[in-house]
Amino acid sequence: MTAPLLSIDNLRRDYALRGAGGTIRSLRAVDGVSLDVAPGSIFAVVGESGCGKSTLARIVMALDRPTGGTVRLGGDDLFALSPKALARKRRDFQMVFQDPYGSLNPRHSVGRIVAEPLHLLDDAPRGRDRAALVARALEDVGLPAQAAERYPHEFSGGQRQRIAIARALITNPKLVVADEAVSALDLSIQAQILRLILSLRDRHGLTVLFITHNIGVVDEIADRVGVMQAGRLVETGTVREVLDHPREDYTRTLLAAEPTLAVLGQRRRRASGAAPGM
Amino acid sequence: MLAIRNLSIAFPRPGGEARVVDDVSVEVGRGESLGIVGESGSGKSMLSLATIGLLPKSARTSGEILLEGKNILTMGERELCSLRGRRIGMIFQEPMTALNPAMTAGEQIAEGIRLHRGTGRAEARAESLRLLDRVRIPDPARRIDSYPHEMSGGQRQRVGIAIALALKPDLLIADEPTTALDVTVQKDILDILDELVADLGLSLILISHDLGVIARSTDRTLVMCRGRAVEAGPTESVLRRPSAPYTRDLIAALPRRARAGLGEEAPLAAGGAR
Amino acid sequence: MTALALKMRRGWRPGSVPLLVGGILTALLIAIALTSLVWTPADPTRMRILQKLKGPLVSGLLGTDQLGRDVASMLMRGAFNSLTTAFAAVAVGAVLGTLAGVAAAANHTLDAVLMRICDALFALPPILSAIMLGALLGPGALTAIVAIGFFMIPVFARVTRGAAMQIWAREYIMAARMAGKGTARITLEHVLPNISAQVIVQVTIQLAMAILTEAGLSFLGLGLPPPAPTWGRMLAESQTYLLQAPHLALAPGLAIAAAVLGLNLLGDGLAARLDPRRRQAS
Repeated sequence: MTAPLLSIDNLRRDYALRGAGGTIRSLRAVDGVSLDVAPGSIFAVVGESGCGKSTLARIVMALDRPTGGTVRLGGDDLFALSPKALARKRRDFQMVFQDPYGSLNPRHSVGRIVAEPLHLLDDAPRGRDRAALVARALEDVGLPAQAAERYPHEFSGGQRQRIAIARALITNPKLVVADEAVSALDLSIQAQILRLILSLRDRHGLTVLFITHNIGVVDEIADRVGVMQAGRLVETGTVREVLDHPREDYTRTLLAAEPTLAVLGQRRRRASGAAPGM
Repeated sequence: MLAIRNLSIAFPRPGGEARVVDDVSVEVGRGESLGIVGESGSGKSMLSLATIGLLPKSARTSGEILLEGKNILTMGERELCSLRGRRIGMIFQEPMTALNPAMTAGEQIAEGIRLHRGTGRAEARAESLRLLDRVRIPDPARRIDSYPHEMSGGQRQRVGIAIALALKPDLLIADEPTTALDVTVQKDILDILDELVADLGLSLILISHDLGVIARSTDRTLVMCRGRAVEAGPTESVLRRPSAPYTRDLIAALPRRARAGLGEEAPLAAGGAR
Repeated sequence: MTALALKMRRGWRPGSVPLLVGGILTALLIAIALTSLVWTPADPTRMRILQKLKGPLVSGLLGTDQLGRDVASMLMRGAFNSLTTAFAAVAVGAVLGTLAGVAAAANHTLDAVLMRICDALFALPPILSAIMLGALLGPGALTAIVAIGFFMIPVFARVTRGAAMQIWAREYIMAARMAGKGTARITLEHVLPNISAQVIVQVTIQLAMAILTEAGLSFLGLGLPPPAPTWGRMLAESQTYLLQAPHLALAPGLAIAAAVLGLNLLGDGLAARLDPRRRQAS
């Protein structure tokens, strides 16, 4: 395996919680997580709400600081960098958020939204060059270049998520973290956005850390997957290993709870058999 | 039990009207569970609001919604009030917003019992405890005095179901009851709903965007798209042998894993059908 | 009434009626105030003792006061004086308050400090602070502006802090941070434009409040010094002649009421129109 692009080692994040009577108790949101993501691959972190997956995403994006452990991107320890060096580094990683309605400023034009990360570049293009770059980014995600002059409310949820992806890609980042990026979308739109992410990976060699609660989505998009429970990564492996031959009980519980069409017909059988005890 | 006939719902818009439900007919029998599936904007939630008479005032309706022969659309507010709760119970998507944050679980369940059935305080509390047990809240004797914010999402949804059950309705309408919940919790909630239909003979209308949920917990399914009923029938045949292109698209958009069961069992079922 | 209801259902957006009525009243007020600079029926400060205490339409449109000054002219110039003091005071309160509010929303440490300062400011009623300031600076426009303006800082700080905190929780703020933008820049580009509606609504409502307080201050002799006419002093001076010449009290009283009503209606209408939640419901 080539050197990993993203390497997380023994990452911890504690939060101080004020309990009843002013007592302070510590909550370990992320508890000793280690994982490597190879360049050009898609790594999914799957888990239920409160398992720490979003905290993990925020730390990888350097929007939050870990209590312990390291996050290395292309060999650089993000939290050992000077603020200036970190600011330079930011062009290499971007994020796509869950809520296609909340992640775009309603008062900015799409062009302005997509161009925002260009702020990270020292020699950010201006004027016509900038507009051309925005147009290219929009076309890259399947939107017309003219979309730049319009405003977010004129677009559907799926189109807004495309705008958010265009914004994440405009600085040509090496890593994109997608935090529940398709969870708020209708199924047919969800499938389109997943296809878009896969095609962007193939075309640009993008590396993706994909945070989700949906195992079906993991199966569609990821190369490797980590199952997270209560701040820990309980099982890691290729998608085929983990989904087809889970080793951990929690993974099995998660897989069994997933609603699929495989249960079709079982309902009648169950109903005609002995009613389950109350 | 419930029959919806040629129901249309429209809202006035500048320069015309927006039709959100268009000529939909469907029936639910006693002890039967009906799934309504569709994407956002399909009109499935408007259909459920109409069924409990909670449509916005500006809505214009035509057709009829018959509950044991009586048309809900023409009922007055007083008649509707006694209908809601006593005949039809509602379970919402987000239990946190559906519960009163200032009342304990027990008080909220007992409130309906005392109001509609006129039972005493102690009796209502005992009944609340039984209901909390029925929805399998862990440690109901303690949870009965908990406030909504002290409970997890799954527990809140169980309380929501208990409140709906308190008035012994004949029909439950659950609008995306598990969408805000984790899959492991979703499974428990759907198990409870299944039991209510199987054991108490309740009728259930389960509204969901998730075909997996529909497949698991409903006998018959109505597929809606942009206000229209595109397909209806027994859940198994609708999902195994969809006749409408839209249903086929919906199934095709499912992740492989969620669809997998179809492939494995399809030959068997097809053989059985022939 | 039914015609109005029908019209509202058909095409009127929320807040249309208060917006219209409030807008007309406020526009009228501003027009009168500005006109008074170039034209009044008579010189509002010129005394004609022989013409004193004449009733409306006997001498001038609204009669004359105890010194024979033309009441209509005084009312017009008074509108200008009241409005400029109110505008200046609200400008002080809005600018300083909004700055404090968005700063508090952006920084936890600053939040605690600023909000305690606001609590302290809020505890000082404008009339009392004006009396204190008056003792220090002497009565005058500046005293009134500072007293009313400082009282409004916490009002604006609270409103903008709450609104800004909601904006800070949005995902587009996180996206801006991913674009390497700092707190000040995010506040300028993302927070302020998205809370401007709330600030505008608050400015309108506080203008009404300021006009009322200014009238109270000049009633007590803490506003603009004579001979500059103000609504509050007109009211104060009318007391002695209440039975003899009730128009002297009625004219400024009604003017204050109309101005406050107009601005409040305008504020309500703007709130209904600009509030995205209510806008969605329409």
